[in-house]
Amino acid sequence: MLTLQCPYCGVQADETELSAGGEAHIERHGPGSSDEAFEEYLFARENPFGVHFERWRHSYGCGKWFHAARNTVTLEVYGTYPAQTTEPPADIRKRISGVAPGWTWRFLG
Amino acid sequence: MKRYSAFAIAREALRFHSGWERAWKSPEPRRRYEVVIIGAGGHGLATAYYLGKNFGITNVAVIEKGWLGGGNTGRNTTIIRSNYLQDPSAAIYEKSRSLYETLSQDLNYNVMFSPRGVMMLAQTQHEIRGYQRTAHANALQGVDTRFISAREVKELCPIMNIDGPRYPVLGALWQPRGGTARHDAVAWGYARACSDMGMDIIQKCEVTGIRQEEGQVRGVETSKGPIDCSKLGIVVAGHSGRLADMAGFRLPLETVALQALVSEPIKPCMDVVVMANTVHGYMSQSDKGEMVIGGGTDSFNSYTQRGSFHHIEETVRALVETFPMISRLKMLRQWGGIVDVTGDRSPIISKTPLQGCFINCGWGTGGFKAIPGSGWAMAELMAAGQSTLAEEFSLDRFRVGKFIDESVAAGVAH
Repeated sequence: MLTLQCPYCGVQADETELSAGGEAHIERHGPGSSDEAFEEYLFARENPFGVHFERWRHSYGCGKWFHAARNTVTLEVYGTYPAQTTEPPADIRKRISGVAPGWTWRFLG
Repeated sequence: MKRYSAFAIAREALRFHSGWERAWKSPEPRRRYEVVIIGAGGHGLATAYYLGKNFGITNVAVIEKGWLGGGNTGRNTTIIRSNYLQDPSAAIYEKSRSLYETLSQDLNYNVMFSPRGVMMLAQTQHEIRGYQRTAHANALQGVDTRFISAREVKELCPIMNIDGPRYPVLGALWQPRGGTARHDAVAWGYARACSDMGMDIIQKCEVTGIRQEEGQVRGVETSKGPIDCSKLGIVVAGHSGRLADMAGFRLPLETVALQALVSEPIKPCMDVVVMANTVHGYMSQSDKGEMVIGGGTDSFNSYTQRGSFHHIEETVRALVETFPMISRLKMLRQWGGIVDVTGDRSPIISKTPLQGCFINCGWGTGGFKAIPGSGWAMAELMAAGQSTLAEEFSLDRFRVGKFIDESVAAGVAH
């Protein structure tokens, strides 16, 4: 079973306590944006074979949203971090590079 | 190919079964084919079959990374139905269901299609209204379904407890010509027929790259060397995103794990398929006597062919209320597959930004029932450049907002 540590309350929460919220760090688009931008925002989800960044909510705990870095192939968890950021923090990225060299993600050059 | 028949069994019985031949050949890939299909699951093989049968295109290779029918084709709960709400879905799923009716004769291979009837239980007031609406829509679409009362449900399936305290059964959407089929046999039957038409089915051959020149597909790089082709079909379910990545475009898909399980075999007790979408569970009895049970998908992206254990617990717990007799059953096996889910829960059968490259994906949790219809439409699209059945399922519907919203009918159980 997947367990993630909630970065707010520190609890090692198992999957039944959490709700998955899909891809993290999505660039949002508002009124006046192009059809392509809306398609991107609404449907063109990143579906990586490997490293992924996701939103999770500690629904049956403190109730807060946070982010997790996870591997979709090995189910390894690289770490969790607070939601108030537009990209994964440097320490998480460094940790991922240590175990999965050469990883890429669409919003990171 | 020697035909299978009662006479053939008698003939072989008299000579110690020494005359059976392999159902399909296992050739090494040639350097060039007119059409290459990636993925030898049900949908890929059906595409190849109808390319040959309906359009006379037999210079075809079907390439498979693992073994034939080893992905979701061999991992589903074999339910066949066509009681969808939207017109394009009803059209393609009903085409598929009707092809299943005669598939054993077409392929000369017994796919054990059993039109035993599928009921989708209404356990809330919302579901009653939803299924009545679907029944009316189906009447207009020419799909034979009707809404039945709780009493009729009990008559059709006596082992069901319709007075459950949490989720009483209030009625059901009943499709008498829905049912099940032998999932492996569908893949094997198509493979045998394709091989007989001279197509090459190449197993244990992984595609590592897609070659293109000036926006036109030229061929694929594989673990068994490069193969040239004029047209390429990508039919790889959960791994569609990876192949699209190689071809240079993106898909509006997410890959998640879906599980199923079977009980120990018991005597025949249930001769219909029951789906209970409110509680995320569905069940039928196989010819061997096992109760085949399926549930919901995991909520997060995963490429592992296994799911979270608590989903099994939730599914079984919910079904026990409706089927109290299964509470003492031992479960024999559990397995998972990875399914590709789109935003509107409808599939994609489409041309792609790469000329000559076509994609058939996004069947999510309900691809098995669609195998013949999907292959039929995909073959038409690849051979003729357009297909009435596939028209609405194009990739650009997400940009123009022309969704085929089946999230009510298809988002949970299949």
